[in-house]
Amino acid sequence: MYNGKPRAASYRKSMFIIIDAHGVWFLGWLLNECSYSAQTGSRMAELVSLAEGVAELVHDGDAVALEGFTHLIPVAAGQEIIRQGRRDLTLIRMTPDIVYDQLIGAGCAARLVFSWGGNPGVGSLHRFRDAVENAWPRPIEIEEHSHAGMANRYVAGASGLPFAVLRGYVGTDIAKHTKTVATVTCPFTGEALTAVAALNPDVAVIHAQRADRRGNVQLWGITGVQKEAVLAAARSLVTVEEVVDELEPRPGAVVLPGWVVTAVAHVPRGAHPSYAQGYYDRDNDYYQSWDPISRDRETFGRWLDEVTAA
Amino acid sequence: MSGWTADEMMTVTAARSLAGRTSCFVGIGLPSTAANLARRTSNPNLALIYESGAIGAKPTTLPLSIGDGELGETADAVVSVPEIFNYWLQPGRVDVGFLGAAQVDRRGNINTTVIGDYRSPAVRLPGAGGAPEIAASCRETIVVVRHRPRTLVDRLEFVTSLGFGDGPGDRAALGLRGRGPIRLITDLGVLEPDPSTCELTLVSIHPGVEVEAVRAATGWPLTVRADLRVTEEPTVAELAALRSLTTRGGGVA
Repeated sequence: MYNGKPRAASYRKSMFIIIDAHGVWFLGWLLNECSYSAQTGSRMAELVSLAEGVAELVHDGDAVALEGFTHLIPVAAGQEIIRQGRRDLTLIRMTPDIVYDQLIGAGCAARLVFSWGGNPGVGSLHRFRDAVENAWPRPIEIEEHSHAGMANRYVAGASGLPFAVLRGYVGTDIAKHTKTVATVTCPFTGEALTAVAALNPDVAVIHAQRADRRGNVQLWGITGVQKEAVLAAARSLVTVEEVVDELEPRPGAVVLPGWVVTAVAHVPRGAHPSYAQGYYDRDNDYYQSWDPISRDRETFGRWLDEVTAA
Repeated sequence: MSGWTADEMMTVTAARSLAGRTSCFVGIGLPSTAANLARRTSNPNLALIYESGAIGAKPTTLPLSIGDGELGETADAVVSVPEIFNYWLQPGRVDVGFLGAAQVDRRGNINTTVIGDYRSPAVRLPGAGGAPEIAASCRETIVVVRHRPRTLVDRLEFVTSLGFGDGPGDRAALGLRGRGPIRLITDLGVLEPDPSTCELTLVSIHPGVEVEAVRAATGWPLTVRADLRVTEEPTVAELAALRSLTTRGGGVA
């Protein structure tokens, strides 16, 4: 297991192994290293186990964005974060969903940045509610937005801008409680518009259908805000259904080149109970069965014991 | 009463209100049931738009979430979440926004955030989702809720999505382009804003419902229009289409 900050060290080590075997590339490597040094994610993604990926990339106190809009939610990665006992995380996600209900109930989160915290089609996220209403298992600070605001915050983060502009929040009480919403005046028309602060998570975690062995990632179907989340974050971990030799082009697919991804882990069914189009359907029965599990601290505790024992 | 439930009457009425529209931005729960019924009855060509990025979704079964696989698989186009809000919703391209609510006040403002104090709420609700911008930017919005005193309230403690604010002129003063909530459809009747005050008033009552029952279930002194209508009963075809759709019983508000 890694601890501390091994990312740069492990990267250099793996590069030196390659250089030893292919000395002729040494100069090229140096040039690449120099020309990429101003960027984040300056090498191809590493293939790791889920446990290694979480240990290496998700640290106590980090701002972590697990994204996936109903589809491709990285639930297995969330449960690995629980198993490794991360604490004081700022959890960022448009729709906290079951994955953050679990992390919040397990006491991993100090803050939650979100825009819709329900169990879609079922009702409440009871662990989220218990944390906000009763500070159980610990107090949680919330920063609340609309979907349009959150999506634009990721766009700003991915674009290297400090804020994004939209028509939003006007006349609502949301901005009164959220410091990352403000008003800006259009320099061309004088119109008052809404500004939302950029989101730049320490680490983005997403699930995708496929990656190749160089860490290029391909996802399709409802692709949500994952591309923006990965590009906005300093580091990224992508869990995938399949690792293939070569990615077959697909119409409408999002491709994240391996050099913007930090690590890829092969985790079949890693999005369950959400779904992975082309692999398995949304487990709507599980979403319904989560309601009684999360409603009660004891039943949730038993669920948590099972997950941490796994 | 006859062979249909109050929920079925509400959903059928909501579906009828989508006749003649081109596009509908669909919220989760009751609105999704009604919008999908509209595609099977009053408006087969209606383009259903979901905030997950599905444009022109044609699901064969009722989706449980706004991002079920069938929405993307049957859509004319699937776009990213930033795109659905920025390119499709924000410029006012969508005819009607179809929303549910935990609470609606007399001027059609919506609360889906908290009951009680924001920092230590009695009930923490899911929050805004796409609703604030749907309510702001669709050309019109229609709200669907079950009619209860705790749902139709005089004033909100928290405005998540703006209806008519405090009254006439508020939307325009805030620069909102859409007309706002033109109709509130419940399981007891249909309310529409009074043109001079923007207050929601009873324009239609469902068959078998007494006006007094509607008043009792409304959290403000309800004005009943002089030309109050009785809503047309659901037809056999509407009920058959609805029942074949609601495998799980009509969604959740």
